[in-house]
Amino acid sequence: MHELSLCEGIIETITTQVHQRGFKRVLRVWLEIGELANVEPESLRFAFAAIRCDTIAATAELEIITLPGRAHCLDCAQTVAVQQHFDPCPLCGGYQWRLLSGTEMRIKELEVE
Amino acid sequence: MCSVCGCGNGEISINADHHAHDHSHDHSHDHDHTHGHGADVLSHSPMTESRLVAIEQDILAKNDGYAAGNRRLFAARSVFALNLVSSPGSGKTTLLSRTVQVLRDEFPVAVIGGDQQTAHDAERIRAAGAPALQINTGKGCHLDAHSIGHALEQLPLPEGGTLFIENVGNLVCPADFDLGEACKVVILSVTEGEDKPLKYANMFAAARLMLLNKIDLLPYVEFDVARCLEYARRVNPDLQILQLSARTGEGMGAWLDWVRQGQQTAVAQQIEVLETELAAARARLARSSS
Repeated sequence: MHELSLCEGIIETITTQVHQRGFKRVLRVWLEIGELANVEPESLRFAFAAIRCDTIAATAELEIITLPGRAHCLDCAQTVAVQQHFDPCPLCGGYQWRLLSGTEMRIKELEVE
Repeated sequence: MCSVCGCGNGEISINADHHAHDHSHDHSHDHDHTHGHGADVLSHSPMTESRLVAIEQDILAKNDGYAAGNRRLFAARSVFALNLVSSPGSGKTTLLSRTVQVLRDEFPVAVIGGDQQTAHDAERIRAAGAPALQINTGKGCHLDAHSIGHALEQLPLPEGGTLFIENVGNLVCPADFDLGEACKVVILSVTEGEDKPLKYANMFAAARLMLLNKIDLLPYVEFDVARCLEYARRVNPDLQILQLSARTGEGMGAWLDWVRQGQQTAVAQQIEVLETELAAARARLARSSS
């Protein structure tokens, strides 16, 4: 359940931003989560709803943008889409690929007042 | 509660002796704290109350900052740091006990162990003859870079040697948390399912070395080694794999050689850095005296 730790990090970042920049309220938090990131979006939503109470983000909604997994296949020398670490290359069926992106876990932006 | 390690909450305790104790962390730290800040207003309409501000910050940025500080410290002292991850019961502590028993006569070794409760593992390591420190994570499911930084305030660094960090038995959460290690070593035992590399793909993708432990039990369990290794390489084509039994010692030689090689590389890298600095200092001296 490390989603709770991740959410605590999100709340801390929001709190720092609010104090530094004088926002009155945080309405929405936009995250970018890669398709192959080691995090379950539903658990993240659940954890965020649980720990946002009594914080500056008490009424903030969590929005998750899913970023696609992209890999370079060494066998067919193409850039391909992958959804799981154990997916075969969709073009040649091999497993000799290196992930280019898809494990991101980022706070993209905040909607604030 | 500190988002990274729970500082100030009393949940985490670091135990260098034989009993656990809780303490808060209000003191100053001597390692780097990295905070990424910076928000640019993306859109702002004076007619509407709300606006979007860009943050573009990794959720784990704080942990990664502490990890970078740990990594700099390890590099400066030629410490080869390993983050050992596995499910509970894979034989990590037995493996480490047998490992430090041999290597402690060759170079400095130390162990940081993470468990939710008890200091049993650290006691076993100390009995094997190496300095060991236990971090109790309370309800936490992983070690993080901040708690390792605190542990290093109490545990003497094995300069020019190897630091083994035995993570909490958990094949999910520790995959995300960089501790500043040279690499992750994932341990799987043959009493577990051979499909664990697929079930816990993120962890096997994050590791550089996989140790298949308890191979002395293969005659008694249904475990297809070839299939397991194929699954592991499917998830991580670059994964190095060694098979061993910490209990009987079979295969331990290759693992010990792997650690020796890493330790020598860490020292060689430090020598390279020092020689570059020395050459720069000599050049400055030559310029100032000419």
